[in-house]
Amino acid sequence: MNPIAKAREAVTHSTHTLPSRRSGGHDTAPDSGSVPVVALCGAAVRVGGRTLWSGVDLRIGSGEFTAVLGPNGVGKSTMIKVLLGALPAAAGEVRVLGARPGQANDRIGYLPQRRSFDATLRIRGIDVVRMGLDGDRWGVPLPFPSARRRAAHARVDEVIELVGASAYAHRPIGQCSGGEQQRLLIAQALIRRPELLLLDEPLDSLDLPNQSAVAALIGRICHQEGVSVVMVAHDVNPILHHLDRVVYLAEGGAATGTPEEVITSGTLTRLYGTPVEVLRTSDSRLVVVGQPEAPAVHTDRHSGGPS
Amino acid sequence: MTLAGTGAPAWSWNLLTDFQDMWSYPFMVNAFRAGAVVAVVSAVVGWFVVLRRQTFAAHTVSAVAFPGAAGALLLGVSAVYGYFTLCVAAALVIAALRGGGEHEESALTGTVQAFLLASGFLFTALYRGLLEGPQTILFGTFLGITSSQVTLLTVVGSVVLAVLALIGRPLLFASVDPQVASGRGVPVRALSVVFLVLLGAATAEASQITGTLLVFALMVIPAATAQILTARPALSLALTVLLAFAATWLGLTAAYYSPYPLGFFVTTIAFAGYLLALGWRSLSAVLGRAGLPAAPREVPA
Repeated sequence: MNPIAKAREAVTHSTHTLPSRRSGGHDTAPDSGSVPVVALCGAAVRVGGRTLWSGVDLRIGSGEFTAVLGPNGVGKSTMIKVLLGALPAAAGEVRVLGARPGQANDRIGYLPQRRSFDATLRIRGIDVVRMGLDGDRWGVPLPFPSARRRAAHARVDEVIELVGASAYAHRPIGQCSGGEQQRLLIAQALIRRPELLLLDEPLDSLDLPNQSAVAALIGRICHQEGVSVVMVAHDVNPILHHLDRVVYLAEGGAATGTPEEVITSGTLTRLYGTPVEVLRTSDSRLVVVGQPEAPAVHTDRHSGGPS
Repeated sequence: MTLAGTGAPAWSWNLLTDFQDMWSYPFMVNAFRAGAVVAVVSAVVGWFVVLRRQTFAAHTVSAVAFPGAAGALLLGVSAVYGYFTLCVAAALVIAALRGGGEHEESALTGTVQAFLLASGFLFTALYRGLLEGPQTILFGTFLGITSSQVTLLTVVGSVVLAVLALIGRPLLFASVDPQVASGRGVPVRALSVVFLVLLGAATAEASQITGTLLVFALMVIPAATAQILTARPALSLALTVLLAFAATWLGLTAAYYSPYPLGFFVTTIAFAGYLLALGWRSLSAVLGRAGLPAAPREVPA
């Protein structure tokens, strides 16, 4: 498939441009001369007096697919909150779309951690998508034909077509399956043509075929539409083929770079300070073995990891 | 509750003469005017109540309307002022109790509600005037609605509708998808408080027609019926208003021509509409399922 090939190309490209791994703590995006979409420099975050992670250096260029990985409770979703400006960084510098976090939120599409709609909710999927376009505007839409109304309808149809939800967009959203709801919510996040898409575990609680289908959809949006994606993920495998960049969070520290650089036995062992082994199965899925869970260390758990 | 002194009016099947007959009494004209205003206001607010699943809050507010009306009568002012004062106050208390959370069911709410209901009965006992007992407050009446009350209902109703027109779209967003709405800068919490105040005002209006116990007849049933019939927001909102309006005016007509209370008729008509809608949906589901295997057969033809 074209997007996958493109993603691989992007990965190899950025590997070549990197002179050395994380030179000077800076992970440089392929230099296109433009401002990076997301730039973190020595960023740290503290919640309730506890430092979740610190020393995160990250530069994400436009049209790149980045995954935020790590064990439960390490502050992956907190990273999204920091990028949205909902939580201040305790240290370091954070720039999102060339501005302070929270300043450019109208250019960001945000998909919170999985919400499912009640089965009895009688609102169509197309209405939920439409709310992403102008749901925050005061007043009520007037039922008269106008240029703006036509443009809104066209944009809603276009974005629903893009995520392949045309068949069920007119059904009440509560009656759609988990995968169908997730596609509609991605359409909602995309409708204002954001430059950056922040996704919080969008594959959570989807079955395996839907996981890979939605992952492929996000990869396609990222590489074909040129939208940068930052996605919090519990399991790297469904998205591995689409990824350009990985942020691996551990208690206290972090490692950033391409998946090939970061998800290795060496990097993760250094990050956790305890032996971690990364195995590659015959179908090139990654299995992380011996990774401690944050905050508690379960020595009895050998094959848990981020799967 | 019956038309004392006028004799039992007889229903002819000529609608024109029937309405001429009813509207020859100024109090009936007032009742129909008040009914129209109340139906529209409580239908629109009720549509959001059903969507937001706030029927418990609506129930609490309506229960509080009873001591409000009884207390107002005891103080010698019109019941309508009591409705408005206590309903809006109750809405503000609920908003304060809920805090940042979405848990509206609170033991404190129930406790205060019980005490206020008891106070309402005390007020009606203390008031030995022209009150037939608590029934008119609890189950509604169309007698004695004055022109100034109609004006008050219209003014408050217009304000409620105007505010809803202003906050309608963000309120819908915040009701369906609060997380993303707040991410987009919609003041979800403030909208929730504003909506509770509107709910209080609309409940007070509906109490005037259906009585405080049967407020749901206009607040919840029309909206629930419309949302069964369609998932299109604009259409179901319009349908809600139409259903509430029809239930109120049919109820007023039925109550005029019979000795039974108004609230019963409005509720029964609205409930009948709900059952019909449920029946229609199951029927169309059955037909749709039966129609599915038939569809491919048409393709080769």
